[in-house]
Amino acid sequence: MSAGLVRRVLRKPLGVVSGIVVILIVAGSFAAPLIAPHNPLEQNLRIVKQGPTVAHLLGTDSLGRDVLSRLLFGGQESLSGVLVAVVSMLIIAIPLGILAGYVGGITDRIILHVVDVLLSIPGTIITLAVLAIFNNSMFVAMVSVGVLASGAFIRVFRSAALSVRQELYIGAARVSGLGQVRIMAAHVLPQIRGVLLVQVTLFSAATLGIQTGLAFLAFGPPPPAPTWGGMVAEAATLIQTDPWLLVPTGGIIAITTLALCLLGDALRDANQERFTLAGLATAKRTRVDSAPRGMTSVVTASVTTATGVTDVAAPDPDEEAAIPAAPGAVLSVRGLTVGFGPAGRETTAIQRVDFDVLPGEIVGLVGESGSGKTVTALGLLGLLGANGRITGGSILLAGEELVGMSAARLREVRGARIAMISQEPMVALDPSFRVGSQIAEAVRAHERVSRGDAQMRTAELLEAVRLDPAVASRYPHEISGGMAQRVAIAMALAGRPEVLIADEPTTALDVTVQADILDLLRSIQEQTGMAVILVSHDWGVVADLCSRAIVMYAGEVVERATVAELFAAPKHPYTAALLRSNPHGAEPGKPLPTIGGSVPPPHQWPIGCHFAARCPLASADCLPAPIAMVHLDEERASRCIHIETLEAVQS
Amino acid sequence: MVRLIVTRLLLSVVLIVISSIAIFFLMSLVPGDPARTILGANATPDSIERLRQQLGLNQPLLSQYASWLGGVVRGDFGESVFSGDPVVKLILARVPVTLSLMLLSTLVIAVLGTGLGLLSAVRGGALGRFLDAISLVGLALPSYWVAILLVALFAVAIRIFPATGYIQFADNPGGWLLSLILPVAALSLGGVTIVAKQMRDSAMDVLARDYIRVLRATGVRERSIVLKHVLRNASLPSLTVLGLTVVGALTGAVFVENVFVLPGLGTMVTQATTSHDLPVVLGVGVFFTLFVIIVNLVIDLLYGVLNPKVRVR
Repeated sequence: MSAGLVRRVLRKPLGVVSGIVVILIVAGSFAAPLIAPHNPLEQNLRIVKQGPTVAHLLGTDSLGRDVLSRLLFGGQESLSGVLVAVVSMLIIAIPLGILAGYVGGITDRIILHVVDVLLSIPGTIITLAVLAIFNNSMFVAMVSVGVLASGAFIRVFRSAALSVRQELYIGAARVSGLGQVRIMAAHVLPQIRGVLLVQVTLFSAATLGIQTGLAFLAFGPPPPAPTWGGMVAEAATLIQTDPWLLVPTGGIIAITTLALCLLGDALRDANQERFTLAGLATAKRTRVDSAPRGMTSVVTASVTTATGVTDVAAPDPDEEAAIPAAPGAVLSVRGLTVGFGPAGRETTAIQRVDFDVLPGEIVGLVGESGSGKTVTALGLLGLLGANGRITGGSILLAGEELVGMSAARLREVRGARIAMISQEPMVALDPSFRVGSQIAEAVRAHERVSRGDAQMRTAELLEAVRLDPAVASRYPHEISGGMAQRVAIAMALAGRPEVLIADEPTTALDVTVQADILDLLRSIQEQTGMAVILVSHDWGVVADLCSRAIVMYAGEVVERATVAELFAAPKHPYTAALLRSNPHGAEPGKPLPTIGGSVPPPHQWPIGCHFAARCPLASADCLPAPIAMVHLDEERASRCIHIETLEAVQS
Repeated sequence: MVRLIVTRLLLSVVLIVISSIAIFFLMSLVPGDPARTILGANATPDSIERLRQQLGLNQPLLSQYASWLGGVVRGDFGESVFSGDPVVKLILARVPVTLSLMLLSTLVIAVLGTGLGLLSAVRGGALGRFLDAISLVGLALPSYWVAILLVALFAVAIRIFPATGYIQFADNPGGWLLSLILPVAALSLGGVTIVAKQMRDSAMDVLARDYIRVLRATGVRERSIVLKHVLRNASLPSLTVLGLTVVGALTGAVFVENVFVLPGLGTMVTQATTSHDLPVVLGVGVFFTLFVIIVNLVIDLLYGVLNPKVRVR
């Protein structure tokens, strides 16, 4: 494992450079007797306080001694002090940390109390006291620094050990009879190697500061012995007459500390990359053989796609896109295309999406995960995140074009004319503020009202979602999921929107609560006359509430129909298969009906029909070119060239 | 809430006892004789013995500690072995200096750190990368070295600020501030970068949360979202880090006071260590421990205020 860690660090230029610097300084210091050009104690009063010369590369100090040589020997003193502190810290922190994290229970609690005490004791005082007692012995002082600092590191190693304890192989080791100590030494310790390296490096950096600081205060080996801190103190007194001296003396400390910190940071990043896709992506990019694709979902990750993807030309817009918006339609979407990734080279997530929404109707947007329904919903609101953008098409909200709208105007439109509630109500509310204040904030975002009026409106809204107005004083963690979803609905209604997008509003809720929420949505819609776009993968919900449905698959709309007609006679093979695979329709004793294969991710969309690979009716014609939407009648459309075949099979 | 404070106070008593025991017994191992140190090399054995009697140095260690502890409870920290003045008086004379330094530094770290961190999370780009880079620098550079650098730059090369010395607030508020600018800068540099980095990381994490997107969907102003919601939620982890940096600044204060020759507790304790002045070191040790405890208590209380889940109803 550490071989992998080293390899990963070597891939970071900063890690490599800082590692080399550290090694050079350490090696140089301990090789001082061999490589120092002059005797560090040799005085030459004829060349005092000189800047850099050929003979003395870093100049001379107030007694004519060579600064470079003194720095090299001083390094020995400082770095060995740091080593002593590090070892002292580890001797205490590793056993106690692992013990606390792995064994747990009372041992853990006792150790944590010890840690609390250690962290509260003024370490400086004790270290100074130690220096006084043991006659300026820097060695003992560094031991005390290490011991006193171990408190913080016990905590770090404890959490690392805790996470290792959960691993299955530890359980296996225990079951097979290995003793606790043996497990801790042989299994837990190696796993925290990464954390250990990082902490040791960073601690060394901090300790170097302390060690040189103590030497600066004239503790430690007395003059004329060279110490980094002592040399800085001398340089400070000579600021007026020899300002150069401050540069090499302070500089070496700063460079060493900086290099250690950068190394620690690189180690930390390398250690974390074991668990992130960023690490995987960098690893695979350097290998010649193609990595398996389909690893990441384009919607969430910003990892660029593997090499070798050909740029597929965007398909022509459907004829439908040319059909003007239905008269009186509150929302009219034409040719909507959304992409994610770097500007100009986006990967398309949805394309050629056309539909209308009339005032007062509830339209279902149906599809599996990965179909693009949430992306569509977010796209309507312009909330695609920094990585996504609308790359084509138009969205008319009662005649006003939303695509390309200014941010300020868009902010006014959101909430006031088109609003959204999302899937997870518990994370939709800010945990730090009371529920009532968040609703009031939504109210005041659109109306200039006083606090008192906002509070009254909040109470009204809570009643509208069938909650006791007293709920306003509660925090989000004090209410249930169902209540939170109602609060979210209240927030969405605050601006009196014309369109409400409900993205899987009941998926995260208990079945018993689902019915209530859906009922609430229906009654609110009846009262306010809002249009609702209900995004769902649940046919039952769609059948319950929606009058029309739009079916999406792999980023495209594949069928549009009224719900009644859709259930009676679907006109697209995907819809038909989806309806058939409903577990409620399964026959006992037979395997559950499913659709073989899986939804292709955006960067793997075929040029032809996206569903062809899984379609029982697919033929050679389905593959070479994008399939256009077939307009069947007023309300009906289907993206398939085998509609008649399907009808024949159905009858 | 009350229970929290009471528990903390009890814990503080325990901690003070433990720290003082540690310091006391360590200091008692000091080679050499405080009495001899005070009276000098030419002192007669008689006078040394008399001073030892006076200071109670002939008593067994345990009773020395017991009498010290008894005194502390009464508010009497004994007298300085060196000067004879009551320790409490010495400490109180110097507390305002160290307190000014610590409070101003804490303010700077909190405000600048939070502000920079938040700004870089929201704006991103160059400021963000710059912060990522210098956060390490802040951690790396020892405060005494920064102090000297600042003196070299701003007190010697360009004479704006005084290089050393401290002016009482009562005498001259302007001068007081001026004399503290460089020390505070040296002390808070590290803390600012650490808090800013933590704040930036937390704020970026919060900005990716669902409720921020919901707030945007509701049409709330971006500025309101950042200053109200992001700040509130991102402050929690930064608060813990702030507590740690403030406690760490106590160590830095000892060095910084020495560089700038500020008449505070830091310089006093350094001198007391060199001259084996046990009562003074103990007294300062108690005060430092108290300070750490108070800081931790304040942080815990603030945490309770900011995080409703922690509060007991």
